[in-house]
Amino acid sequence: MADTTQPLLSVRDLVVDFGLDQGTIRAIDKVSLDLYAGRVLGVVGESGCGKSVTARAILGILDRPGRVVSGRILLDPGTGKEQDLATLANDSLALREVRGQRIGLIFQEPMTALSNHYTVGNQLIEAIRAHRKDLSKADARAKAVTLLGEVGIPRPDGRIDAYPFQLSGGLRQRVGIAMALAGEPDILIADEPTTALDVTTQAQILLLLRRLQQDKRIALMLITHDMGVIAQMADEVAVMYLGAIVERADVRALFKAPQHPYTRALLRSVPSIRATPRERLASIGGAVPHPGRRPTGCPFHPRCPEVITGRCEATLPRPVLAGVDGAACLHAEASA
Amino acid sequence: MSSTIHSAGSEDRFAEATQLQLTWWRFKRHKLAVISLVLVVLFYLVAILADFLAISDPHATDARRSFIPPQGIHFFDDGAFRPHVKGLKGTRDPKTFKLTYAPDPGRKLPVRMFARGYDYHLLGVIPTNIHLLGLEGGEAVDGIFLLGTDQLGRDLYSRLVVATRISLLIGLAGVGLSLVLGLILGGISGLYGGIVDTAIQRLIEMIRSIPTIPLWMGLAASLPNTWSVTQVYFAITIIISLFGWTELARVVRGRFLALREEDFVIAAELAGAGQMRIIFRHMLPSFASHVIAATSLALPTMIISETSLSFLGLGLRAPAISWGILLQDAQNVQVLASAPWLLMAALPVIVIILAFNFLGDGLRDAADPYG
Amino acid sequence: MNVLEVESLTKHFPIRAGLLQREVGRIRAVDRVSFHVARGETLALVGESGCGKTTVARCILRALAPTSGAIRFTQEGGEIVDLAPLSRRALRPIRRQMQMIFQDPYASLNPRMLVGDIIAEPLLVNGVPAATRQARVLELLELVGLPAVARSRFPFAFSGGQRQRIGIARALALNPSLIVADEPVSALDVSVQAQIINLLLDLQDRLRLSMLFVAHDLGVVRHVSDRVAVMYVGRIVETGPTTALYDRPLHPYTAALMASVPKPDPDRRDATPPLAGDVADAANIPPGCAFHPRCPHAVARCREIRPELRETIPGRMTACHRAEELTLAGVD
Repeated sequence: MADTTQPLLSVRDLVVDFGLDQGTIRAIDKVSLDLYAGRVLGVVGESGCGKSVTARAILGILDRPGRVVSGRILLDPGTGKEQDLATLANDSLALREVRGQRIGLIFQEPMTALSNHYTVGNQLIEAIRAHRKDLSKADARAKAVTLLGEVGIPRPDGRIDAYPFQLSGGLRQRVGIAMALAGEPDILIADEPTTALDVTTQAQILLLLRRLQQDKRIALMLITHDMGVIAQMADEVAVMYLGAIVERADVRALFKAPQHPYTRALLRSVPSIRATPRERLASIGGAVPHPGRRPTGCPFHPRCPEVITGRCEATLPRPVLAGVDGAACLHAEASA
Repeated sequence: MSSTIHSAGSEDRFAEATQLQLTWWRFKRHKLAVISLVLVVLFYLVAILADFLAISDPHATDARRSFIPPQGIHFFDDGAFRPHVKGLKGTRDPKTFKLTYAPDPGRKLPVRMFARGYDYHLLGVIPTNIHLLGLEGGEAVDGIFLLGTDQLGRDLYSRLVVATRISLLIGLAGVGLSLVLGLILGGISGLYGGIVDTAIQRLIEMIRSIPTIPLWMGLAASLPNTWSVTQVYFAITIIISLFGWTELARVVRGRFLALREEDFVIAAELAGAGQMRIIFRHMLPSFASHVIAATSLALPTMIISETSLSFLGLGLRAPAISWGILLQDAQNVQVLASAPWLLMAALPVIVIILAFNFLGDGLRDAADPYG
Repeated sequence: MNVLEVESLTKHFPIRAGLLQREVGRIRAVDRVSFHVARGETLALVGESGCGKTTVARCILRALAPTSGAIRFTQEGGEIVDLAPLSRRALRPIRRQMQMIFQDPYASLNPRMLVGDIIAEPLLVNGVPAATRQARVLELLELVGLPAVARSRFPFAFSGGQRQRIGIARALALNPSLIVADEPVSALDVSVQAQIINLLLDLQDRLRLSMLFVAHDLGVVRHVSDRVAVMYVGRIVETGPTTALYDRPLHPYTAALMASVPKPDPDRRDATPPLAGDVADAANIPPGCAFHPRCPHAVARCREIRPELRETIPGRMTACHRAEELTLAGVD
């Protein structure tokens, strides 16, 4: 259902390595995904699954010693202005312009994007003027106030002169969203935007994100570990495990009939507010292995309740393709 | 992403390693620090075996051999391995009638290992006169002058070797004293907090705000002239460490404050562990490495302090031999013009200071192998 | 019978400023909190960050000294002692009967001690002989599902979930009658979280532990607790048996809290946030009911009179003036 329009951003077979003294760790292994205008791609997985590294690779802000080894990151694919971000240097002018003006980033901790030494307005106006150089200071300030109002900050004309430390966590994340929107990007990447927030604030921020995304027809890549957030927000979902997308599906299909044993186990292991007292959870045995000790064959096989002994540890399942629903699992390959 | 890849075997090794092993593994990656560690060890070996390594009596003066330039050892004689130096020959200047001594190429004096020389006590206890190198035969004026001689005809190499002992030990003693002061006052400050903490912190700020050189000058000048070399030595150590403890106290206090809030320290307290056990089993091991690093960074300051004081003539006084005293001889420009080799006394100071700094850096980085 | 009875527990942190560190204000982190934990039951203390739940836990274990109030603990012999005024020395013999499980599995284990020594420490400092200690450590490792070789390794060789098991083994070493667990699973990945929750449930069944379970995750709380106490800015706003409280909350904050949890169902998406505004500042608590600025049901008296925690229906305590008149939606 996703192929009806052109994606704004296509990632194809992205591979990211971290070269350490002791050897190379494959953080991302052949990840492909598409972001469409007006749609939300939820990327879900546990720590170390590579969901944040994927986002950072797209933006060209990988921490050292990470580097894109192969694959393409195509902005406006199939159009005349197609651009492969993977070929651009991280500090090149072209990529700097893409960041902010085409792709905005919302961090888990809004203070990553904000400084306590300048007022909210200062930082926001600077971000606005970075891509609208024609705007006068007064116009930029007016636009900043509008933006703060848009992200639901009460009394934006007063709060614009506040310093970030004077704001609550929820307001700060709203400012973080305003910062990401300052360059009027059509793609947003939100990396665990509500993980650091309380549950009542999380509900507010999620709804704000969804409203902004729909009003502005933004392509949103929402990274989270929370299946509830995925259910509330995503149109399509990519489930990641150890650097690979193990399942891709429409959100309803995913919750109704998850294909990959990992997705099924993950959904079952979430504690529910509808549980009966003292109800045991279906847990996944073991822990996520360190990316440097990736198991052979299917990376999930040592923990998989449905492992086919003799096959899963030897055969790497076919990777999930962008735009096609499916699971990287020998079971799924057999039934397809 | 910072953790490493290990095979199953090395993983076990890693999992069961003690803190010391982990620190060492991490330290080894810091090449400059490892080289510095070797240098520091060598310097202290020199300090311990100073008299054995010295060739001629560092105190023996001989006006005839004043300002002899550095002399190399010739290893081969007629193609055979026969290490020797040239003897000195006096010639009278026909104009000034001054007798000057210079190497005589015709007189070869064989160099022997473990030769007999001046009497000393090895490690301070064993009386002996065996030295690593020495001459066989020759006259009183002859000698091996690897780094030349000073105005009074004393062998600079031997003096430098003996000076190493005092300069390094005064640094060590000063740091030791600072460490005691720093640990006690920093510990009290961090453990008890409140008014005691505030008082100690203000005291530290006060001490740190006093310019050191004038203060040293004042204190050193107040040392009675009648004091023996040993008494002056101790007084100088105390003066230096009175100012050196503040940095260590800060490190200790900071660690105590941070550790007091650590979950594992609270866990120990909740388990019913006593104050002493918490301090010695949980807190001290957690920052011992920081203290060692801070100490090795404090040592060069101590050494420099002694050198500066002695250079200014306020520290140790002749006949004591320290790097500062040797440098004092190189103060005079005219002397330096005719005997530039006297500046060699600055070399060990520079080398040891750099070595201690690199070593301290390496130790600090390795200090927290779990970080 | 109650293992723990907390009455009017209050903890204020002074705000100091200036050269002389004069007190310029107070953070009322915990304000007149009362509750009890019965033997063998798990009471969950729930709330958002800054609500004071962790401060309550630390006061009970006397890692913090309470400003006022009583913490009555029933000792093994049946003797009841108020922990609040006790000195560090007087507390030591009682400590062994109450232990803590920490949130951060990385910070709570001394990285420089072997796992075996970590688990044995409570035994050691309470004078258990070496031979018994060895046997007990093996027993505890098995109890929490770790192999015996774990004891000769250092904590960093273990994953977060395994470390949490080590922390649990240490807490159980002395057979405490009360366990205080401070967000014990919130730092863990979902798949590992489930293992630890199951372990805690199994252990409680086997050992008849009484537990005070501090958490913010309502899903986790529903799985592990028998009763729930909901906190908001330093005060308890509602207590009750878990199922009843989830099915029919009596305080508007409890209802909003439950409505805010993202439903794992793409067909039931929220249109409006259940609660506007931010959590009140503990240094500047609104007068009357602290929740009134955010409460959709607030009336005049909510702004003026602080509602006390009272029994609104049998077995349920609520601090809300309008508890009886409101019909609030619970989890559906």
